[in-house]
Parts: sequence; C-alpha cells; structure tokens
Amino acid sequence: MSIMNYNGGVVIAMKGKDCVAIATDTRLGVRSLTLTTDFPKVFQMGPTLFLGLPGLATDTMTVYQRLRFRLNMYELRENKRVRPQVFTSMVSNLLYERRFGPYFVEPVVAGLDKDGTPYIASMDLIGSYQEPEDICVAGTCSEQAYGMAEALWEKDMDADKLFEAISQSLMNACDRDAISGQGAIVHIVEKNKITTKTLKMRMD
Amino acid sequence: MALLPDLPKGGFVFENFQRNEFLKAKGFRAPKATKTGTTIVGCLVKDGVILGADTRATSGSVIADKYSDKIHYMAKNIYCCGAGTAADTLYVTRMVSSNLELHRLNTNRVVPVICALRMLKQHLFRYQGYVSAALVLAGVDEDGAHLYSVTPHGSSDKLPFTTMGSGSLAAMAVFETRWKPNMTIEEGKKLVRDSVAAGIFNDLGSGNNIDMCIITRDGVDYMRPYEEANLKGQRLNSYVFDKGATPILTVHTIPLEVEEVMVRHMDETMDTSA
Amino acid sequence: MQRSLNNSETLSGIIQKPQFSPYTDNGGTVIAVGGKGFVIIGCDSRLSSGYTINTRFQPKLFKLTPQTVLGSAGCWCDVLTFVRLIEARLKMYSYEHNKTMSTPATAQLVSIMLYYKRFFPYYVSNLVAGLDEEGNGVVYSYDPVGHCEQSTYCATGSSSAFIQPLLDNYVGKKNIANAEKGKLLTQEEALRVVNDAFVSATERNMYCGDSIILNIITEKGIEERVIPLRKD
Repeated sequence: MSIMNYNGGVVIAMKGKDCVAIATDTRLGVRSLTLTTDFPKVFQMGPTLFLGLPGLATDTMTVYQRLRFRLNMYELRENKRVRPQVFTSMVSNLLYERRFGPYFVEPVVAGLDKDGTPYIASMDLIGSYQEPEDICVAGTCSEQAYGMAEALWEKDMDADKLFEAISQSLMNACDRDAISGQGAIVHIVEKNKITTKTLKMRMD
Repeated sequence: MALLPDLPKGGFVFENFQRNEFLKAKGFRAPKATKTGTTIVGCLVKDGVILGADTRATSGSVIADKYSDKIHYMAKNIYCCGAGTAADTLYVTRMVSSNLELHRLNTNRVVPVICALRMLKQHLFRYQGYVSAALVLAGVDEDGAHLYSVTPHGSSDKLPFTTMGSGSLAAMAVFETRWKPNMTIEEGKKLVRDSVAAGIFNDLGSGNNIDMCIITRDGVDYMRPYEEANLKGQRLNSYVFDKGATPILTVHTIPLEVEEVMVRHMDETMDTSA
Repeated sequence: MQRSLNNSETLSGIIQKPQFSPYTDNGGTVIAVGGKGFVIIGCDSRLSSGYTINTRFQPKLFKLTPQTVLGSAGCWCDVLTFVRLIEARLKMYSYEHNKTMSTPATAQLVSIMLYYKRFFPYYVSNLVAGLDEEGNGVVYSYDPVGHCEQSTYCATGSSSAFIQPLLDNYVGKKNIANAEKGKLLTQEEALRVVNDAFVSATERNMYCGDSIILNIITEKGIEERVIPLRKD
C-alpha cells in the first residue's frame, strides 16, 4: 500500500466562465478506520485563492503551515497579495526542495487573478506542476474523479453549473472509493463573492 | 529565529528523508511522481537545429497532463527537451537557464551551447542519476548549430539526430530510415514531425500534441502546438445539471467588496544599468 | 566465478529461487448497460502490454448464444482459453438438451468455471450481457474467481474506475436530488452514455483507445457497431 492511501481524501478544481470551483471531501481515517468526518483538505490562502492538499494528513497540515509562513513573509515583504501563479511557484519550490525526502501531498491551487481571470493548477508530490484549461484532480479516488470530471466538464460554465458539475464529480467519485467521502465542501470563487457549500452525501 | 521555519537557503532539504525511509521499511510504497513518459527528438539541419516533443505526462497509467510543455527555454539561442521525472526536467533546466543568463551578463557574449551542456552534465553527474532527467539539448552559437543528448547519469553525446524517452525507439526508427545530411528546414520539420508522431501512436507513454522548436542563426520559431496529432473524441450527451440537482446542507457566502481603489503610477523605469 | 558454500551463508542467499510469473495484463475495458427489451455491451479494441500496443483492433466481445454476449479483458491468453472452454461447454449443453442456454444459466456457468480455477485463477475481468425471461436486459459482473453479481449497468477492466462513477450518476441516478430512481434508459440514451464513457476514459487512461466495439442485443438479434476513438 502506498502512503498516499493512508488517510484518504480527494480534491477537485474546475475552471468556469469568470469563476473557479474547488471541492474537497471531509474524511480523515487511518486506512479503513474513519477517525473524523470534519477534516477538509482545502485552505483559503487569500481573498480569492484556495489551496487543496490531499495526501498524508500530517503532511497536509505541515505543508499548509509552512506555506502560510512563506505566504505571510511574501506579503509583508512585497506589500501586496500573492498572485495565484506566484503562489503555485511557491508551493512547487517548497516541494522540489525536498526532492529526496518529499512531503506526501499532491497540491491543487485554484483562484482568481487580480483581473478576475480564473486559474487552476495541480502538481505531484515533488513539485512538477501543470496549469490546465479545464480540471485538476488529486487524491485517493483521482481515477474515479478524472472519469467523472472529464465527462461532466464543459467550457464556459457559469457559477451555478460549475457547482453542479464539481459536486456531482466529487460525490460520485467518492462513492466508489472506500477511503474518501463522508461529507464534502465546495468553494465557488467569483469576482464579487465566495460561496461555500457543504454537500449532503452518503456517510457510509 | 530558531523557532521559526527558515526561508530556503538553496540546495536540497533532507529533513523528511529519515521518516520516509522508516515508512518504506514499514511496507509503505513510495508514491509515484509524475513522469513525462515522452518522445523527444532533435535533428540537425543545414541552417540550424530542430527539436520536437509530444505533450503527455503520466503518473502510472493515468494521463496526468495532456498538454505538458517539454521543450524548455534555456537561453535566447538554446532550448532543451526533457524526459524522465517531470519535476527533475523542469527544475534542472530552469536552474541551468538562470545560470546561463548570469553567465551571459558576466561575459557579455552569446553563451555557447557547450556551456549549457557542461552545466547540465555536472549537475546530473553530482546526483549519480537520482535526478532523473534525460535531455536533448540544442542551440545555435558562434560556431554554428549543435545538438547533444544527456543521460540522467551525466554522460552526453554529440549527434546529428537523437531521440529520448519511452518513445525513443519508435522515433529513432523513423530517423534511421529517413535521415540524411544537410536537410533543408522544411525537410527537417517533416522528419521531426513524423518521428514524434511515431512515438505518439506507437508508445503509450507518449501522446496528444506535437510541439516543435526550430533554432537558426536568425532566431527561434517555437510552435506549440505544431500539430494536434489526433482529435479529442466527441461526447454525444451533455451532462450539465439543472440548478438544485445536488443536495446541499449549508450555504455560506462571503461578499468581496471593493472599499477603496488606490492607483500609483510608476513613471520611471527600473534602473538596470549597474 | 566459483563460490564455495560456507556455514555463514544460507542456501537461499546464493541459489536463485525459480521465479514463475504466468500472468500479464493486456488491458481492455468492457461496459454493459441494460434496459427494457435491450442490452448494450461495448469494449475498446486496444490490446497492449506495458508501454506497447499489440494490436489496435482486437474485439473483446464473444457471442455465446444468440442473446448472450461475454465481454472479457485482462490477461489475453487466459481470455482466449476461458472463452474456448465455455464455448465447448455451451455446445455440449445444446447437444444434450437440444436448446441454447438461457442468459441466467450462462451467467451461472461462467461463475462455476471461474471458481473451478480458484487457486490458479484466470486473470480476467468478465461481464455477461443478455436478455432475461421477459426479454429485458441483464448484466452480470464477476471477479476473477467467480463471484457473480446481477445488475443493469456495469464497467470492468483497466478503465473501470474512470467509468463506473459516471454510470452510477447517469444510469443509476445516484446523488441527484428528486431523480426518478429505477427508471431505465432508452436504447438511444444508453448508446450515448456508453460512447461518452469510453471517450472520457480514453482521455485519461493510456490503456483505453483505438475504437469502441458495440453489441446491441435485442429479441431480433445482435447488432454490431464500431466507433473510432483516439489512437495515441
């Protein structure tokens, strides 16, 4: 068994028209034993910037704290908010530094740029990143989520349609994975507001 | 300061190494990093050199990136294709690229391709093959066009044509049958396109688009994509859901209102003379 | 080079143990969706091993009876052997009883034949699609040692993880508020979702591709269709 499947969890991000969405499940377990159903893997890093860190839970927390520190230092030094692209570089650099002793997380970044352009990115555990035009997926049921998202995603969806697409992708993917699910949180980022919804889904 | 996590000083960090080895000893497999899979090729032609690459990146049997960029910028006159672990190819080329720019500023001349080769080799050799990047380096300098291939262990070859990655055999088969010396750029483009396409269609680790980069004394022509090797299949249904199809427990909205806008104009350009 | 055995060296440290790996994974995906008066079973046509494609057109569907089709993927040599044996058993049945076997009976036979090899199993993912007594579509899915489950839709093989959630959602109407549960798809809807499932899986799984082969089973017989997929 891979260490990536020790705690379980999944994160999906999708691009829409002038909006992005990022979704996470809320399970934390030790192999097949569920410890809590209140462990979201997505963190808000700026007014319109979110970071998802599925993987080994201890590293989810450590990487989050290290990035928070680096981000605070950046914002104090530069006296401006971080751009999503720059933040992706920051995460990637942190991970590649530990090329030979990595953190077991697969980060997903989603946010709006200063001018409102949607941005998503995902990377592997040593910082090789990609900035796709459609979907980003990471976590234990990534195969299931890829299959769903690849079928459900369409170009230029508005915020409501994007929410339905990402929620359905996440829920149906989680239902075919024993170690993901037990609740889900979806953030939809638009230029003038952020909407956070918790989903009603199977809890078994 | 000791209580705070320090900012990076440069070089690799091994703080997690012991923990990860312990986990490995406990029977947890180390997770797979994204591989480029890859067909990358390079070919010398009469007035320059041509690089070609596919755009697929894989992790296991899953296609992690459909449009990955495998032809990396090194300098204005030098580009480099990367195969192997995606992060290694990215960072090794990026690091050498910055050092080449510093070198150019220090020496005030066009950096020779051999210089980039030596920097890459020395880095890769130092890490004994653990930095797994197989590269095809190409560029034009004072002495003309050059093409090199570099293995992850740091050995290199100077060649008229070369291929790397999991599709290298399929691509090399095309070169071995059709390559001839002193081809025109148009002939070279055709050959590079066909050899990358051979990798894309016959190797499962390679796929999606063909990227191409032509470097001549007159400049660089970077075509991304040069060609979409095959079109995406058409979905017959639309899976857009009606609003309210997903059951929701709670909704929380944070409005983002602009309270004040301040614009500062920077009229002077940055002083870069020193 | 010669080495003598001394006491500190164990036998197993020097003598190589014989390694026997009789299985290989040749990939392949099979989907089946049933409805009122029909069942559709489809497979991709790529046969691969490792990073290479063995052939771009290898149908993985086998017509067992005029109303039963077996879809089989995995270790291709096991598929061929298994299908040959089951065809022989069906022939024997038809000679003995002077009729073709029904779909539920064929499904049971597949299960028994898989379990017969419990401790040296066939490395195959099977799906049996056919019509039941009322002429409606049924799908039976198996694990390699013969566990059998009846359903109206299923995906199996190398891309099953990519496709099964989509079928749950679209065919099984899972996780949709106020959806009409248990409502079966029409033949046209089922054909479209099978096509889309393969198109999506081909985008993200390198073992899936080249073309889709569809068998549409109705009372009238079995209609075959081929749809191209991407070839990289």
